[in-house]
Amino acid sequence: MADKTTSAPFVRKEMLAPEGPPATQIGAVKWLRENLFSGPLNTLLTLAGLTTIAYLLNLALPWFLHSVWNAKTFSECREIVANTWGPDAHGACWAMIRERWNQFLFGFYPNDLYWRPVLTFLLLFVAIVPVLFREWTPRLMVAGGVVGALILWLSVAYGDAIPAGILVVILVVAGLLGRSGRKYPATLSWFTLIFPVLALWLLWGGSIWMSVAILLGFVLGGLAFRLVSPAGGLVFGATAAVLVPILWWYYGSEPFALALDRITGHGKPFWLREVRSDDFGGFVLAFVIGVSGIAASLPLGIILALGRKSDMLLVKWICVGFIEFIRGVPLITLLFTASLLLNYFLPPGTNFNIILRVIIMVTFFSAAYIAEVIRGGLAALPRGQYEAADALGLDYWKAQRLIIMPQALKISIPGIVSSFIGLFKDTTLVVFVALLDPLKGITDAVRASLDWKGIYWEPYIFVGCIFFVICFSMSRYSMHLERLLKREHR
Amino acid sequence: MATTAETPQSGFRLGMLIYDTRYRSITIQIVVVLLCMAAAAWLIDNLFSNLADRGKDLSFSFLWNRAGYDINQTLIPYSNDDTHFRALLVGLVNTILVSVLGCIAATIIGVFVGVLRLSSNWLVARLMTVYVEIFRNVPVLLWILVAFAVFTEVTPQPRDFKVTDQMVAEGTEPAASMILFDSVAVTNRGTFIPKALYERSLGEIKIGFLPISLNTVAILAVIAASIFAFRRIRKNASDVQDRTGLRPSTWWMELLVLFVPLLALLIALGFHLERPTLGGFNFTGGILVLNSFMALWLGLTLYTAAFIGEIVRAGIAAISKGQSEAAAALGLRPRRTMSLVILPQALRVIIPPLISQYLNLTKNSSLAIAVSYMDLRGTLGGITLNQTGRELECMLLLMLIYLVISLMISGGMNVYNNSVKLKER
Amino acid sequence: MKTSVFLGTLSVAALAAGFASSATLDDVKARGELNCGVNTGLAGFAAPDANGNWQGFDVAICKAVAAAVLGDSSKVKYVPTTSETRFTALASGEIDVLSRNTTWTFSRDADLKFTFVGVNYYDGQGFMVRKDLGVTSAKELDGATVCIQTGTTTELNLADFFKVNNMSYQPVAIQTNAEGEQQFLAGACDAYTTDASGLASTRAIFPNPDDYIILPEIISKEPLGPLVRQGDDQWADIIRWTYNALVAAEEYGVTSANVEELSKGTDNPEINRMLGGEGDLGAMLGLDKEWAKRAIAASGNYGEIFAATLGEGTPIGLARGLNALWTQGGLQYSPPFR
Repeated sequence: MADKTTSAPFVRKEMLAPEGPPATQIGAVKWLRENLFSGPLNTLLTLAGLTTIAYLLNLALPWFLHSVWNAKTFSECREIVANTWGPDAHGACWAMIRERWNQFLFGFYPNDLYWRPVLTFLLLFVAIVPVLFREWTPRLMVAGGVVGALILWLSVAYGDAIPAGILVVILVVAGLLGRSGRKYPATLSWFTLIFPVLALWLLWGGSIWMSVAILLGFVLGGLAFRLVSPAGGLVFGATAAVLVPILWWYYGSEPFALALDRITGHGKPFWLREVRSDDFGGFVLAFVIGVSGIAASLPLGIILALGRKSDMLLVKWICVGFIEFIRGVPLITLLFTASLLLNYFLPPGTNFNIILRVIIMVTFFSAAYIAEVIRGGLAALPRGQYEAADALGLDYWKAQRLIIMPQALKISIPGIVSSFIGLFKDTTLVVFVALLDPLKGITDAVRASLDWKGIYWEPYIFVGCIFFVICFSMSRYSMHLERLLKREHR
Repeated sequence: MATTAETPQSGFRLGMLIYDTRYRSITIQIVVVLLCMAAAAWLIDNLFSNLADRGKDLSFSFLWNRAGYDINQTLIPYSNDDTHFRALLVGLVNTILVSVLGCIAATIIGVFVGVLRLSSNWLVARLMTVYVEIFRNVPVLLWILVAFAVFTEVTPQPRDFKVTDQMVAEGTEPAASMILFDSVAVTNRGTFIPKALYERSLGEIKIGFLPISLNTVAILAVIAASIFAFRRIRKNASDVQDRTGLRPSTWWMELLVLFVPLLALLIALGFHLERPTLGGFNFTGGILVLNSFMALWLGLTLYTAAFIGEIVRAGIAAISKGQSEAAAALGLRPRRTMSLVILPQALRVIIPPLISQYLNLTKNSSLAIAVSYMDLRGTLGGITLNQTGRELECMLLLMLIYLVISLMISGGMNVYNNSVKLKER
Repeated sequence: MKTSVFLGTLSVAALAAGFASSATLDDVKARGELNCGVNTGLAGFAAPDANGNWQGFDVAICKAVAAAVLGDSSKVKYVPTTSETRFTALASGEIDVLSRNTTWTFSRDADLKFTFVGVNYYDGQGFMVRKDLGVTSAKELDGATVCIQTGTTTELNLADFFKVNNMSYQPVAIQTNAEGEQQFLAGACDAYTTDASGLASTRAIFPNPDDYIILPEIISKEPLGPLVRQGDDQWADIIRWTYNALVAAEEYGVTSANVEELSKGTDNPEINRMLGGEGDLGAMLGLDKEWAKRAIAASGNYGEIFAATLGEGTPIGLARGLNALWTQGGLQYSPPFR
């Protein structure tokens, strides 16, 4: 046999050079075959997809290409489009954004004070660093540099608007941040703690002593806890920590602030021009409500979730009732309650800030959802974790703080972040209680002016894009965090 | 035995309320409840003193007064002579209508999106991802407003449909025309669709406030009977096949059973479609589907469908690959693998979040305020509230109704959850 | 005020003591600002101009009251209210006075517990349609789609009108005048109905006003006026007499130009009493002597305000009609200052 093979004249003696795979199995063609045209159904789907894209592009592309960036009124825009592209052409009128961007961002916040919300926004990044990051990475350093540079630029750009004192304060703060924050971002936590009152002062203005007085309440509460709890135990400590600040805010803070205010006068570093709540609008308002809602709803949500899982029946019922009630009604009705009915339930003559009322309602709403998410996380923890904590002799709070919550929160991160995203999106609903949200409030206000009557798509696209960027990056960050914290083996 | 330490016997001391873990939880609970009750009492006390201050009382009797206003979408009979309560019901029915239709449409679209996102088709999977991300990350209010703007700004006015003598003479077409064989008119006031009419109607009966058309009942009954007969025929055929190995040909009987009774009934009732026609200011005849309804429905549907798509995708992805491989090893075909192995397991993951999406959609339907759709908030929480000035009563009632709806939905979810729960031993 | 509103709430403290119903005047003085509810935007009555300053007929009342009570006509916080939110805003104490073309009706006065202090504009409900619709009378509107602001008396009038005339219509409920305007211009409704003055004001700012007509029928009586919460008679008196002072000023020829001069004394004792030269009417209201003088100086007497905001010289172009002084055949009439 072997002989026959070797002697066969038609058998090739030398190997041919290997040929490449067939054209249909390589490169773009293979990719197309596998990913787009692998079967009749897929081909159909691909064609349908292409048709959709073509249809949408056909609708939107000419409109985008015919954009007008420079005009004073909507009719002027139309004229320009008609003159350049023919009478039947449609074109986007981005000139409206150019003219009115400041209202979309700041509402009716006084023009010369724009630096205040911007500064607050920049400082917000400083404040969230200790919460979000554990180590200084090079990227974080670069980001910090950018924020610092922006703050500096702000001080230069609004040189005469920023009282010298504030500049000094900023520089000192920046210096302190640089010193204390060198090793771990966590050392910046003190800034995170004072940030809320600082933001309050920067945004609304008035005397700084009011913010200091509010802050002092928390400090006093902490002190009371430190002093009382060693002697009286946790329960008395907690009671003191709640009662002392309330008493301080109720009786002590106002005289304190007024007295200091009288001493310092309305001098520059201590006094900022007051801005009224109805001047807030646009994305400043969305951020004020969104960020404070997010910051407040997480702790409240944790407490509610713990209450719902608690062994104490009455506490559990109260938490269940609260959560189910809040989750059972639309946010709009809660907002209406805040704006229409709250005065019925408070002592006569009480009248407090509508933005604060809305923040409280939004916080409740979001906290109820977060509580449910965290409850899911708690339920997903193996029983062994609870038992191990008990076996170590940890008390309830220590077990929660050291063992249970870190794991439960980790499991719940995606749910919590999507609640945050939902909360941020829901800030647009404040328009129904007559606040100027960026989506409908400001858009309607712009459209009400004779210049921009009849403009539809441009403001929606503009506002929609900003919301998209913010919410999308939040959801991406949560996915990143999820991967980062993943400990199980796969 | 005797060495067992005696538990220290001591009488009850007041301090034990705080330091003894046996009593502490009771103490805490009592304190919390007392605090809550005090807070509630404070609020209610304020409420009554405020009401007294303003010379108002807390009474729901206004619900039985004449409403006096008109509503543009009434699924149950209503005129301005009816009571506020009936207006409330009209609004409630409108809320339920948009919620139910929204849930159905969002589920259909969402399932498609979720499955297509897992598709091996690169383009379609990407398209669906883009859809989901765009719709999820932008407020639903924007989608409702955009849908409303599309419906009111892009569609023609009813008078654009008008064909004047001059147009006929000149041979020009009107600016807009009806679609689907001149039966549907899309205008900036709403979409006019044909209406079913019966020449020999059976009339209607009233159950509570809800009138039920006997024609519809008859049609539904006939369809149900037809389907029942159809299944019987198939079952018989299967039985014959089991016994003899030969399946009798039944397709003509199936067709007959399915369609003939229905056709006969429709002819007997004198069924015909009434087309909308342009007359006076507007189209007359047919059914008007308001733009506000369409916009709200579309906005809610597309927004919720993006979430449902994600839920469906996650549900299917959560089933481990071993399951489908095991099914393949058993020799199940892909379709049966899906219906017998994957779906039953995926549904257990999908249904709970799906229901909470339904809940969200129902609550979001209160955004009807943005497009002036007369839902529950529009009637009870809007016009009735303003005309009567009973904001407290109206808002409380409004919240209560939403709460009941939500609790019903989540109660349904709990029942389902219990029924599909893995029976663990 | 230095009192931070936030602090007050954080400490759950009631800011200003006292009952809202009994001491609106004290509240306003303590606050240093008058909270005045106005329309969200109705040219001529109340609308912010390009700089965000509120202008208009109803706004002038707010200014006059602020001038009388606080001595400064600019110390007003304008709270834009929709027809849906206005009453709750007033009832809840969010605003001190509602000056937003609101119709005086029995049930609003008696059942909603408000006090109407006068009628600053006698109006009636009308219809506006496109000219090329070919409609000349409201009786021809059978089957029409009508845009209407919810939460108003017009809503009820409309239902009654169509019922009485045995006609049908399709209501399109809207929240604000701007929204109604937009729907009407887009052709989403055949007719737009509201107070005739409101129609005129809306039409005035249309791109081409001549394409639209206001139908001749006036289907209701709409006495529009400012209102306050019931139960605070002193506050109601202040608003009422501030308004009366504006009307009386027109009657006696006191204008914003000559009020300073006339306040030094005239031979008409009524003017002297009003402007504080004689007697002390202000004290009876809890105000100082010159309250009326400042109110008139704020934006002029009734006639001046009307001419500047709604009159024939403005784009709105309304005639005085029923709103002329009683001496000129109208209904505007002030009780004597005595």
